[in-house]
Amino acid sequence: MKRTLPDARGHFGRFGGRFVPETLMAPLIELERAWTAAKRDRQFQRRLAALLHDYAGRPTPLYPAERLTEQCGGAQIFLKREDLCHTGAHKINNVLGQALLASRMKKRRVIAETGAGQHGVATATAAALLGLECDVYMGAEDIERQALNVFRMRLLGARVISVEAGSRTLKDAINEALRDWVTNVRTTYYLLGSALGPHPYPVMVRDLHAVIGRETRRQTRRVLRRLPDVLVACVGGGSNAIGLFHPFIADRRVRIVGVEPGGEGIATGRHGASMSAGAVGVLHGCMSYLLQNDDGQIATAHSISAGLDYPGVGPEHAFYRDAGRFEFVSVTDAEALEGFETLTRLEGIMPALESAHAVAHAIRLAKTLPRSKAIVVGLSGRGDKDVHVVAKALGKAIG
Amino acid sequence: MTRLEATFARLRERGERALVTYFMAGDPSLADTRRLVIEAARRGADVVELGVPFSDPLADGPVIQRAAMRALAAGTTMPRVLETVATLRAEVSVPLVLLSYYNPVLAFGLEAFARTAADAGVDGVIVADLPPEEADPLAAQAGAAGLDLIHLVAPTSTPPRVRLIARRSRGFIYVVALTGVTGERRELPADLATQIRRLRLVTTKPVCIGFGISTPAQVAAIGRLADGAIVGSAIVRLVEERAGSPTLVEDVGTFIAELKAPLGPGLGDPPQTPPVRAGLRAPARTPPVGAGLGAPAKTPPARDGLGAHAKTPPAGAGLGAPARKTTRAAGAARL
Repeated sequence: MKRTLPDARGHFGRFGGRFVPETLMAPLIELERAWTAAKRDRQFQRRLAALLHDYAGRPTPLYPAERLTEQCGGAQIFLKREDLCHTGAHKINNVLGQALLASRMKKRRVIAETGAGQHGVATATAAALLGLECDVYMGAEDIERQALNVFRMRLLGARVISVEAGSRTLKDAINEALRDWVTNVRTTYYLLGSALGPHPYPVMVRDLHAVIGRETRRQTRRVLRRLPDVLVACVGGGSNAIGLFHPFIADRRVRIVGVEPGGEGIATGRHGASMSAGAVGVLHGCMSYLLQNDDGQIATAHSISAGLDYPGVGPEHAFYRDAGRFEFVSVTDAEALEGFETLTRLEGIMPALESAHAVAHAIRLAKTLPRSKAIVVGLSGRGDKDVHVVAKALGKAIG
Repeated sequence: MTRLEATFARLRERGERALVTYFMAGDPSLADTRRLVIEAARRGADVVELGVPFSDPLADGPVIQRAAMRALAAGTTMPRVLETVATLRAEVSVPLVLLSYYNPVLAFGLEAFARTAADAGVDGVIVADLPPEEADPLAAQAGAAGLDLIHLVAPTSTPPRVRLIARRSRGFIYVVALTGVTGERRELPADLATQIRRLRLVTTKPVCIGFGISTPAQVAAIGRLADGAIVGSAIVRLVEERAGSPTLVEDVGTFIAELKAPLGPGLGDPPQTPPVRAGLRAPARTPPVGAGLGAPAKTPPARDGLGAHAKTPPAGAGLGAPARKTTRAAGAARL
């Protein structure tokens, strides 16, 4: 399998590319050049590595979830603990890299979109650290669902801008961030939070999260003396998943499974499973699988987890799905909640509802595999932010 | 020569600038859109752009976003817009240009879209999120169907990009006046003349300027720079305000006549354009009107079937502003 993807214009086969208004074309080309130069700049790389180690808390542990494994009675389950990163999710890996790049490009203002608020919090954190002005776009519905993260962003000095348009979720926040960027492109850096959007974002975000997969390779080699048999991660836009998966793509014996949000069930139409139920189209600057109607209008995604509530998916995932390298399955809201409860009770680890989707599928899968197999689950974030959502779903009051 | 090329050549001969008006198809209804387009053509619009609504219009400001949501809520789809164009084509001869985003075009199918649109009488297509690098598949189909694929050039476009866009764009070149989304602005950007000069150095194709142009005074200023002025949000907002009113069509028509008034005829060539000479640019179609244009007349005015298009003669035209403060004044002041 080729590892030189994407091509010079950001295409992963027919996916990816750069479908943006002309105003953004030259800035995207400039961004691509700046990123290529930064990757080769030893000083930049040293600074990023130091921040990841000393500030974000990397490397994150690969934790053998023994009680969970025992309960499932099948394959061994390991958790790649991105929930232990500073700010509580993998998002910080990408944000530190891009915020350093923004500084290197002499941009004093960063903007970001956020769904669950994790990327917004991470961006606000990096902006505070590097002294950058920061505006975060967030759908009005997500602001209601994630009040705690909104307050965290404000404490960190960011402005949170409520987006009332469309479905009032992540997709609309991205539209609004892109409109801001088109307007202020000369002074502003758009710090995109997932492995999607126009080239070079899918590549840049992947490269910055690939540290997850590289650590996992080293750690499984040390613990198991070999590579894992299966990788499982949740996929909204797909940033934590591509970060975990990418360093294993050439290892054909490692099975790679992305878990999409099944919402209330694929058959109900209320879900966010763009791979399982979408069609190829163009949204937010790239070609990929999208939830849309026959007329090319983008559908509203639904998931109990705000971070997976997106009607598209990163182009590299789309490519490897079609190439047969990645498998995609879906997990419903109810199953994700079960995963959340199980992991909390058995291991004392409260996963983000996004990550709970991956946990739920890993449990399902482990039961079908022998003890000799090893599954690594990308535990992308911690669940504190979701406690009120879980309480509501379980019909319980907090306190 | 396509209908767009012929239109700009004819205007050029007369020392006139194009008024390009934008409507969101299906706002408030496709029947209204049909009546609005006919009225626009009658009152001086030289090219009509029809927006095909998309759920995620990321290049548009609030006015056109709202119009798109209304149009979608009213059940507007690409096939229905194309049907509307087909019925319009029998009534107006102005060039009709569809403006949308790539996904609705892709969902229709590129080949089917180009063929159906051309058959319906669409002359050109603008896709807001399709830069030339990604446009080959659509350009091939559009070219085969005789549809002009119009590209946009932005203030951030580098010189090599400006050349690429100028070369690829068909019909005219759409100059985005400012870095930003569509919508009315109080002032035109100061560097607009420089931007046009850069473009004129590399192309003889007609150049129209859009984004942020909403008043007759701004249109007049554009008329001194380019071959045409594109007005979108100001018209869409008037449609929004008058929707449901019996005077909708008339009020929009009056506004369009006001916008057209400062655009000629009799303005001479736009600055920075090479003189009209056979062989250098498209052959002249109409007898030269202004003095010193010196283009050999080849054919009689290509205005067959243009009955409805006859413009209200701009009484005392030129660049003066005859009827500026009428019905529109209140709305235009409230930017």
